[in-house]
Amino acid sequence: MLKTEELQINIGPQHPSTHGVFRMLVTVDGETITDLKPVFGYLHRNHEQIAEQNTYLQNMPYTDRLDYFNSMANNHAYAMAVERLAGIEVPERAEYIRVLMVELTRILNHAGALGFLINDMGMWQTQLAFGMREREKILDLFESASGARLMCNYFRFGGVARDLPPDFLPRLKDLLIALPSFVDELERLLRENEILLQRSEGIGVLPRELALAYSVTGPVLRGSGVPYDVRKAEPYSVYDRFDFDVPVGTVGDVYDRFLVRVEEMRQSKRIIEQILEQLPDASGGHINPKARQNVRPPVGDTYARVESPKGELGFYLVSDGSGKPYRYKVRAPSFINLTPLGDMCRGYKVADVVVILGSIDIVMGEVDR
Amino acid sequence: MPRLSPEELRERMARDLPGAVLEAAPLQVTAPPAHGPQPGAFLTTDTLVAPAHLVAAALYLRDTLGYAFLSDIAVVDYLADGLFELVYRFYTLDGGDALVLKLRVPRDQPAVPSLTPHWPGANFHEREAFDLFGITFVGHPYLRRIYMWDEFEGWPMRKDFPKQGDKYIGADE
Repeated sequence: MLKTEELQINIGPQHPSTHGVFRMLVTVDGETITDLKPVFGYLHRNHEQIAEQNTYLQNMPYTDRLDYFNSMANNHAYAMAVERLAGIEVPERAEYIRVLMVELTRILNHAGALGFLINDMGMWQTQLAFGMREREKILDLFESASGARLMCNYFRFGGVARDLPPDFLPRLKDLLIALPSFVDELERLLRENEILLQRSEGIGVLPRELALAYSVTGPVLRGSGVPYDVRKAEPYSVYDRFDFDVPVGTVGDVYDRFLVRVEEMRQSKRIIEQILEQLPDASGGHINPKARQNVRPPVGDTYARVESPKGELGFYLVSDGSGKPYRYKVRAPSFINLTPLGDMCRGYKVADVVVILGSIDIVMGEVDR
Repeated sequence: MPRLSPEELRERMARDLPGAVLEAAPLQVTAPPAHGPQPGAFLTTDTLVAPAHLVAAALYLRDTLGYAFLSDIAVVDYLADGLFELVYRFYTLDGGDALVLKLRVPRDQPAVPSLTPHWPGANFHEREAFDLFGITFVGHPYLRRIYMWDEFEGWPMRKDFPKQGDKYIGADE
């Protein structure tokens, strides 16, 4: 038996598979990982401190830059928190438009995340291009509604910035017709794919009890077999009016998280179809005309959370009665989902680390804040 | 499982964990600009626990009441009152609203028992609170800065942290 020596290596911060500037301090015994510590903060800009210097409305575009893949979901959580604090009503049509945008965001996030995950496994480019092609179509819709593709800044307190443009719904219907074939094709391409099975089955297992103890959320938690979804657990907005399922995995490995994301895209499409049936006409208005945008909420605190595509995204706000938040705290899903990374990687090979990290689906803008 | 209101929680905790629940005094949040409305006192409706009883109270929530999911730990700096408030937020897996535990520690000696040995999910929350507010979590296995670099001095989210000037820029020149 050869005597081996433990070796410490750094993966990152400049590494194409870390999805940003992220470092993992890995202790290896040969090829096997014995310990892993995530090190980050390279993009830290003290977002919360900046937000406390701004008025409530000025923070809306800043929330876009947390999870820059899903600016609509960030807007939604922040708008809900301020509306709860200030007691602002949202018209029904605005709620439907919000949910519509957030569900579109979920589809584009998962399309991109799956593409990147499979890119990390070494199946170069094709699947990523598939996902990105679909994402582009949704970004075109966002652009027509909000004027921006990524940093949408579309939500306002009491509604959304402007109503849907006239050609939005016909284009959305076209997109929905093409979407199932995209999801089916992606799944058919990958579900039985030898590379994906070899690299993901039984890799990065996070058992149910551990997932709960580590308070991970989103597809990572559901991949471990816990059917917890904020949309069902504490229905906000108009989610209680839609019929959809919460997909769960069984083992909690990378493959389960992959399947959960594929299924969530189908469920989002189901929700969007129900929105199109129920969407009230434009007479209801897209924003509450009485809602002031330069809000001065009464003294108090509140917390609002949504199911962002990456997990539970929450904003904790404390108001001192002035026009700026006294305390503004973001509960970022990517940040907390990184907590079990060391336990998920222990015992696997070095090459599995990038796959496990890709399956958590992090965005450094949100982790580092 | 029926959702507990803060009053019911206080009642049950007073019965099962004597001495853990404190009476919440109103907080004086700092004054807004001169042209704004006068600041009101902030009286929380959530449960305030004694720092020494935090771990017992959190485990009571998890093991007896079934609130197994620790969602968030937020710190608020009440400079005018000279204290930090920590806000712990727990959920059940059955859904529903959160149960909130609040904790007050003096600003000059901010030490809180750590939940990480019992609840590994608290790890990054507590490291963040240590990094940005300088709160010491007694019993935390790896209490290091998480965002700022290790040599950084000061606690950037405190209300009295200087907003102007940077001693790190141009220090070598």
